Amino acid sequence: MAFKKSVVAFSQTPEQEQKLMEVINKEKGHKGALMPILQQAQEIYGYLPIEVQTIIAEEMGISLEKVYGVVTFYAQFSLNPKGKYKISVCLGTACYVKGSGDVYNKLQEVLNIKGGELTPDGKFSLEACRCIGACGLAPVMTINDDVYGRLTVDEVGDILAKYND
Amino acid sequence: MVNIKINGIEYSVEEGTTILEACRQNGIRIPTLCWLKDINAIGACRICVVEMSGARSLTAACVYPLSKFDEGKNILTHSPAVLESRKMTLQLLLSNHNMDCLACARSGNCELQALCKELGVDDSSYFEGAKNEFDIDTSSKHMYRDDNKCINCRRCVAACEKYQGIGVIGANERGFKTEISCAFGMDLANTACVSCGQCITACPTGALSEKDDTDKVWEALADPEKVVVVQTAPAVRASLGRLSVIR
Ligand code: SF4
Ligand code: FES
Ligand code: FES
Repeated sequence: MAFKKSVVAFSQTPEQEQKLMEVINKEKGHKGALMPILQQAQEIYGYLPIEVQTIIAEEMGISLEKVYGVVTFYAQFSLNPKGKYKISVCLGTACYVKGSGDVYNKLQEVLNIKGGELTPDGKFSLEACRCIGACGLAPVMTINDDVYGRLTVDEVGDILAKYND
Repeated sequence: MVNIKINGIEYSVEEGTTILEACRQNGIRIPTLCWLKDINAIGACRICVVEMSGARSLTAACVYPLSKFDEGKNILTHSPAVLESRKMTLQLLLSNHNMDCLACARSGNCELQALCKELGVDDSSYFEGAKNEFDIDTSSKHMYRDDNKCINCRRCVAACEKYQGIGVIGANERGFKTEISCAFGMDLANTACVSCGQCITACPTGALSEKDDTDKVWEALADPEKVVVVQTAPAVRASLGRLSVIR
């Protein structure tokens, strides 16, 4: 089995830790407290690594698996921080029928990571998104604020090469 | 009490009784897969569906509590629509199942296999398409988990959490990618699993199974250098004892 720990080492500031404890103490005891705690924890850390999920599980008295099951169910939660360059490939209907799935696969192959992951150097993170309202340019991907439309699989390498710093 | 009809015959059951319980109490069998007495009533598999007068669609019997609003309704447990739906549910399950029955530890006492036979599934590739390919977790000394045979009924999850209070397995990811596994894809051997085997007992398919060391025993018996002493462990019996409780 592949252990899906984040590739970057976890570190937190005392402020982050304190904030998380405040959130947990405020929410726990309410019914359905896990979702709001996870949402706020992700705001505090930017993602939900095993270290943060373990704190939440222990403080709430539930299993780590229960927390992880919820985190992996909802697309809004991430197990990895975003990279310096955040790549988002649109898998909305228009883009998908125009072949964005192939582009997405090619990116996974070239970067050697799966969707939702981050390259070990912290440079690129990859994720799929839903329609971003640029269907006329399908298939579409964004890298930070840059938009790339009418993509083909062959262009992927050249585009990534532009982000060489 | 609520007065209902099941297949046209009148019965009177306590309010709050599920359709499944009402049928069982009266000797009418409805097939189930995800339902496990007392610990798993989640309406996930839809194999227990029945047709109910006044309802627009089929109803999952295991999670439908009868109330005074159901007074006088007729429930059909084996109508053509019900049988067709159950069969289709099985075919859909098979569409993402490796169907390696001949070499499976559960062949002969698999609930999925038995239901396919009972409901006349004659085309196991009816819905052909993408299939998941999961790694088999063989990390534990006592068991393995092969999610390629898993139907995501979550009975093992309920057994781990509710019988044993351990909770190291659960349904992770979503939709087609859903997989019964441990947090962060951890090996079962690296979790707090206590090797009780309750998940194996709860599993309707061959997705969870004991490791079979029969070959090692044969080898040891054939070894002339070895003095063989046999001691049976009580664990097997305790686990089988539970089997009769849940079925
Ligand atoms: S492993 Fe078995 S009991 Fe667990 S969800 Fe899969 S089929 Fe059900
Ligand atoms: S589907 Fe991709 S932008 Fe609309
Ligand atoms: S047994 Fe009722 S939905 Fe699975």
